[in-house]
Amino acid sequence: MVVEQDAPEIVDIPINMGPQHPSTHGVFRMVLVVSGEQVLDVTPHIGYMHRGGEKLMETMDFRQGIGYADRTEYLAQFSAELAYCLAVERLMDIEVPERAQYIRVILTELNRLSSHFMFMGAFGIDSGLFGTSFTYAFREREYIQDVFEEVSGDRLMYAYFRVGGLAWEVTDNFVERVHEVLKSSAQGIQDLDDLLTRNEIFVARCQNIGAFTAQQAIANGLSGPLLRASGVPWDLRKDEPYSVYDRFKFEVPVGHYGDVYDRYLVRLEEMRQSIKIIEQALEQLPPEGPIVPEKMPRRLRTPPGEVYAKVEAPRGEWGVYLVSKGGDKPYRLKMRSPSFCNLSALREMTIGQYLADAVMILGSMDIVLCCVDR
Amino acid sequence: MLGILKSMGMTARACFRKPVTIEYPTTHREIANRDRAFPILIWDEEHDEPFCTGCHACERACPVECMTVVMRDNPKFAAGESKRRKIIDEFWIDYGRCMRCNICVEVCNFEAIGMNNTWAGHELSRYDRGDLVMDLDMLLSQSKKKMVDPGLRA
Repeated sequence: MVVEQDAPEIVDIPINMGPQHPSTHGVFRMVLVVSGEQVLDVTPHIGYMHRGGEKLMETMDFRQGIGYADRTEYLAQFSAELAYCLAVERLMDIEVPERAQYIRVILTELNRLSSHFMFMGAFGIDSGLFGTSFTYAFREREYIQDVFEEVSGDRLMYAYFRVGGLAWEVTDNFVERVHEVLKSSAQGIQDLDDLLTRNEIFVARCQNIGAFTAQQAIANGLSGPLLRASGVPWDLRKDEPYSVYDRFKFEVPVGHYGDVYDRYLVRLEEMRQSIKIIEQALEQLPPEGPIVPEKMPRRLRTPPGEVYAKVEAPRGEWGVYLVSKGGDKPYRLKMRSPSFCNLSALREMTIGQYLADAVMILGSMDIVLCCVDR
Repeated sequence: MLGILKSMGMTARACFRKPVTIEYPTTHREIANRDRAFPILIWDEEHDEPFCTGCHACERACPVECMTVVMRDNPKFAAGESKRRKIIDEFWIDYGRCMRCNICVEVCNFEAIGMNNTWAGHELSRYDRGDLVMDLDMLLSQSKKKMVDPGLRA
């Protein structure tokens, strides 16, 4: 007697990844439908870290709101603070003193360095380096945070920028300290370059996955390093300069293929350009001068109106849309976070890739879940 | 293969660098003078009373509403020993709510509140979140012991 065996049935399996998963960089859940190793569909679920930050900031006056701007983007706090301050300044028509502008640029660019170091470390873990790059990147990040602590008093939630300028004067040895930290950062970038860029395993893991053409990137509304990796040289610091960015010479690195490896290379080059910007800013920094305008009201009141201010944060365009009906609080505040907009392209990037590469694609986006959910 | 050797060479070079880590619980890193831990009240040595007059300025400006202030008449003013008409009676700060934004220090007219910039301000873990609500005695104790040099006075 012959036992008839059915041919093995092939079914598509939904796999739940997250919300508590080490490679989702926070509380993010995606449901992947896989057939064998190939991803057929992705459904991202966000909102685990939603705290109503925008609504909360509408109940705060313009000084109190700065602390919350920090907490939305916890890896590039100065960018978030800068966007918020720029929005209010534009609405109130305040001229920020030059020295304050330069210090803002220096700190924001240092913050970009520390944020990209964080990316390098975390991306190494995603690609299976088990913390080797993490330790190297974090050492440099700690040095940068030491400077932030000396200047602003806190390691993570600086609350240092104010509408009109800065909260208080920088330390006396600020310029020397920044030079020191730039030296160590340049060494750190070289370390990571040696460690990762030509490493065959890393390259094989990164190349040709999650590739996006320029058209796709623009259609999906990407910004920041993801857009530039696809070959679009769009950088708000260059194309729509804010603060004093039009006074610096720097290049905008672009990629060719738009894959995960290009995003890594673009970020690495961006860090080198950041160092260039900081060096120029330190040269041009006026040694003395006010850090807040002379005629600042004690209580900030805006005229009625609306304004959209945007800055180039490490992850892309960070925008603050502010509507005021007069008074000392915003009527409506909307934050355009780059992480959220970039994350919307996850489905298109991941479909057709292998399951193991889904982690790499998510890692290459460098999302901050606080900034996605706000 | 060459790239992997290069990576390993990088790791080998790093072996000869100076260590940067600190064995934390046994040794403490020196922290910056401006470091902001949590708000504390400052003790006026001259008049042997707190600087704080209980004017509610910090309470109103606090974004997270972590402060409770009660004011009373100053008995020392009646006796002619102090210039402060009013003095703080009770002061609670919920350290569990505080977001350390430094606004209370900025709005204070009497320089009566400052940010703790010692390690004592950082090692505050408790088993009960109710224990994180600090009362007047605890808020003043750091300054009375002269442990704090408030670097930040806006």
